[in-house]
Amino acid sequence: MAITKKEVEQVCSLARLELSDSEKDEFTCQLDSILGYVAKINELETSNILPTSHPILLTNVLREDKVKESLPVEEVLANAPDAGKGHFRVPRII
Amino acid sequence: MDYEAVIGLETHVQLKTNSKIFCGCSTNFGVSPNSQTCPVCLGFPGVLPVLNKKVVELAVKLTLALNCRITPNCKFHRKNYFYPDLPKAYQISQYDEPLAIDGYLDVEAVKIGITRVHLEEDAGKLIHTQEGDSLVDYNRCGMPLIEIVTEPDLKTPHQAYEYLTDLKSILEYLEVSDCNMEEGSLRCDANVSIRPVGQVELGTKTEVKNMNSFKAVERALSYEIERQIKVVQQGGQINQETRLWDEKKEITIPMRSKEEAHDYRYFPEPDLVPLEVSQEWTEEIKTGIPELPQAKRQRFIEGYELPSYDAEVLTANKSLANFFENTTKFYPKPKMVSNWIMTEVLGYLAEANLDISQSKLTPTHLAEMLELIDSGTISGKIGKEVLPEIFKTGKSPAEIIQEKGLVQITDGDEIVKVIEQVITENPKAVEEYKTGKKETLGFLVGQVMKLTKGKANPQITNKLLQERL
Amino acid sequence: MELEKLTCHEIHKLLRSNEITSLEVTSAVISRIEAVEPNVHAYITTTFDEALEQATIVDKELGCGKKLSPLAGIPIAIKDNMCTRGIKTTCGSKILHNFIPPYDAFVIQRLKEAGAIIIGKTNMDEFAMGSSTENSYFGPTRNPWNLDYVPGGTSGGSAAAVSADETIVALGSDTGGSIRQPASFCGVVGLKPTYGRVSRYGLIAHASSFDQIGVLTKDVTDAALLMKVISGYDLADSTSVKIDVPDYSNYLEEGLKDIKIGVPTEYFAEGIDPEVKSTILQAVDLISEIGVRCDDVSMPYTEYAIPCYYILVTSEASSNLARYDGVQYGYRAGSSLLDMYKKTREEGFGGEVKRRIMLGTYALSAGYYDAYYLKAQKVRTLIKQDFDNAFEKYDALITPVSPFPAFKIGEKINDPLQMYLADIYTVTINLAGVPAISIPCRFSKDGLPIGLQIICKPFDEQMLFKIAFALEKILTE
Repeated sequence: MAITKKEVEQVCSLARLELSDSEKDEFTCQLDSILGYVAKINELETSNILPTSHPILLTNVLREDKVKESLPVEEVLANAPDAGKGHFRVPRII
Repeated sequence: MDYEAVIGLETHVQLKTNSKIFCGCSTNFGVSPNSQTCPVCLGFPGVLPVLNKKVVELAVKLTLALNCRITPNCKFHRKNYFYPDLPKAYQISQYDEPLAIDGYLDVEAVKIGITRVHLEEDAGKLIHTQEGDSLVDYNRCGMPLIEIVTEPDLKTPHQAYEYLTDLKSILEYLEVSDCNMEEGSLRCDANVSIRPVGQVELGTKTEVKNMNSFKAVERALSYEIERQIKVVQQGGQINQETRLWDEKKEITIPMRSKEEAHDYRYFPEPDLVPLEVSQEWTEEIKTGIPELPQAKRQRFIEGYELPSYDAEVLTANKSLANFFENTTKFYPKPKMVSNWIMTEVLGYLAEANLDISQSKLTPTHLAEMLELIDSGTISGKIGKEVLPEIFKTGKSPAEIIQEKGLVQITDGDEIVKVIEQVITENPKAVEEYKTGKKETLGFLVGQVMKLTKGKANPQITNKLLQERL
Repeated sequence: MELEKLTCHEIHKLLRSNEITSLEVTSAVISRIEAVEPNVHAYITTTFDEALEQATIVDKELGCGKKLSPLAGIPIAIKDNMCTRGIKTTCGSKILHNFIPPYDAFVIQRLKEAGAIIIGKTNMDEFAMGSSTENSYFGPTRNPWNLDYVPGGTSGGSAAAVSADETIVALGSDTGGSIRQPASFCGVVGLKPTYGRVSRYGLIAHASSFDQIGVLTKDVTDAALLMKVISGYDLADSTSVKIDVPDYSNYLEEGLKDIKIGVPTEYFAEGIDPEVKSTILQAVDLISEIGVRCDDVSMPYTEYAIPCYYILVTSEASSNLARYDGVQYGYRAGSSLLDMYKKTREEGFGGEVKRRIMLGTYALSAGYYDAYYLKAQKVRTLIKQDFDNAFEKYDALITPVSPFPAFKIGEKINDPLQMYLADIYTVTINLAGVPAISIPCRFSKDGLPIGLQIICKPFDEQMLFKIAFALEKILTE
């Protein structure tokens, strides 16, 4: 097994996903086969290879310190599921 | 058994820019909620960050002043976690390739190591309502921050206080931050542990947060060190935890632990490209670094022949140091200038809660006034009355003296007239003086001063009074 | 005249000579959408009123004799992962089912400046994750050539819309083949430019270091016109590159003199449908016959592309999709904060998205980062080198787009790994960041289109157009 159900549960918790028990079983099985397959890259010796994080190499992309107009507050909040007093509102933390 | 403390500090400083770190929103403080936000800092779907050049320049300036090594090719990473003040659910920060590493700051002749200095974006602000839900304001989100992490080189709460004071003074000298703790532009967390004196390995540390002044850092650390020693002496163990300083109760309390251990899943931010701070760019930024507090202090001691205490007070603040130097240009008696600044000027500023740069007093004012005292036009005592008037009105000393009729009376005939009046009105005191009670003279001089509203020249008055009696 | 069947360059000529109006073209396209949409379901949102209004404006400008861009007055469909100010942008997801962006993506700004008529937002796999457009919260799109078949994905809506004449041209996005594979399945032209050629600002991110916006059109000429409009440096995208954009149309008829083409043997190995293989190799023969040198070339790291791609893409996606948490926009469920996060994401995301978020979260988590993410980044370097080496000798590579033609709806949906493996010939291109185009080649015996892929060096899109245009001519003769 590349991944256990318990690990799937930990990942769910990190990713803030609430899966049903049957989904957990299904995902464990699917992720296990995918992880088993992607382990193929371990066949390659890469100790002297530099990682690529961007396909095109660029450095120092910078903008000048100029103020641009902000979004009107009505537009900021227009999509909010819940808002009040010019703020986004979220449920109690605990 | 004796214990010693081991302290490391993490200081977050907001850099002084016009716009946020990754978008063009303004960095003004105190505007209405969410009015300084845009799709980028709100993390709307599809937006991308672009790094503010000024942020890099200010940060490099600071790392040079802290004697750091600049990483030639540094990267931004994403720090992933969910919290409502973090709109993208990740913070753009730096991880294993920060802007600079390996610096130091001399604090009272002790070298405090700087582990790293890195750039990151600030989060928003949560307001918890009485109904139990929370309101989110993203104005602060995306404010440019640098985090300065020290080695665990600090030994006492006082040393931590001194470190922060020195750091703040450097930040102000460099003009990289406003360092306003009330507005949240400077925040400090501390890591602290204790160990028996002589032991090499470190004890379990706690992280102390929520301190809103340098004094609070000092007090919180003192409390926390004592607390840890007590726990250990009673046979207990220190828990590795985050504790919050309660300013009112003057204690630290454990923060409610999150339901799980953090796993931030750092990885290189694919929406930003690496930052290469070249030698040329570094040199260019270096030319913009002014004389720093320590160097200035030394120069004040040697160049102006000031006592080290004076030099320290005068250089703690760049605008004050400039004020001192400019005043001496017009009035080249440094110690005299220093005396007036340290007592009268700073006293007034402290009372008014102002910085010298915000006050109406100019170096020419002060110099002019000191010359008026030297020339005998006014007495030193009158000078102390003139000064607050300058602060209030911004008028020149000569003008104020003129308006208020404060010119010193040096004309002997005029003073003699007043002396006659005093002698007539105080026969008992005169009698006492004549019978040998010499200290009564002071009282009589005082009466002359009272009648002339302090304008009579004290030396002349003294002399004439003695002659008359 | 059936105006909706015309290409952009044909319409442009007719508009300029005042033979037709943009209003007529737009109306024709709208009628066509109304007629076939119940079967094809290429669109999530249509914007007919705005489109007709815009067409009237363009017609007025045309009447004044104003010189207009080749896109002026041309109906265009936009994949629903590009933000359109004031127009719902869902990314095919329940979690954004009601999201109305307060801003336009860079490409949308460019299109508006050019006077293009946005006719609607097209269906897609949720968050551009999939290969069939079956993973849409709004239901699948069907292949216009056979409604039982998938149109490919994830830009399946855009490909089907172009193919079914439900638009003149369309924009799509390509993270691992999402433009080229549906173009191939639907028998249209699809181009994914070099990474950095088109600004990603306003494109809802799937995997940031892979995503590129590109075009889906009826022919190569239209692709060149549309690419010219949307390409170019954008200060708002740090990964966009400051390189001049040539007038691609000028390269179309340059011919193939002195051009050398490589044919990577690994792209014809086991797993490929024999009909696809023979179709592509026959096309290679046709080019050889006109004197173009075509050699077999080896790209040995190809077999590691799928594992490498899926580790990196899911890792980036797990972070990119973390912002959909019910706080600022979109769907929200649950009561307490933690409950809100979990329920919003559980109910708001579909199965494939959740699967990938989990895979990516796992690959980035403590203890696994080096073995998965970092390792895959190094393998990405090797795959990129394969391309660098090939382009030292060849101007372009020719390969299949997909190992097989369109498959039936429902056929692969329950086996995610099999679905991933279908991307074998397209993901390598995104790993290397190079440009590639898919052009219609032949039809299978079942009457389904088979596309051919041409790949070029970074920022050598003009070469792509040159070869694609020549091949298009040869293949239609």
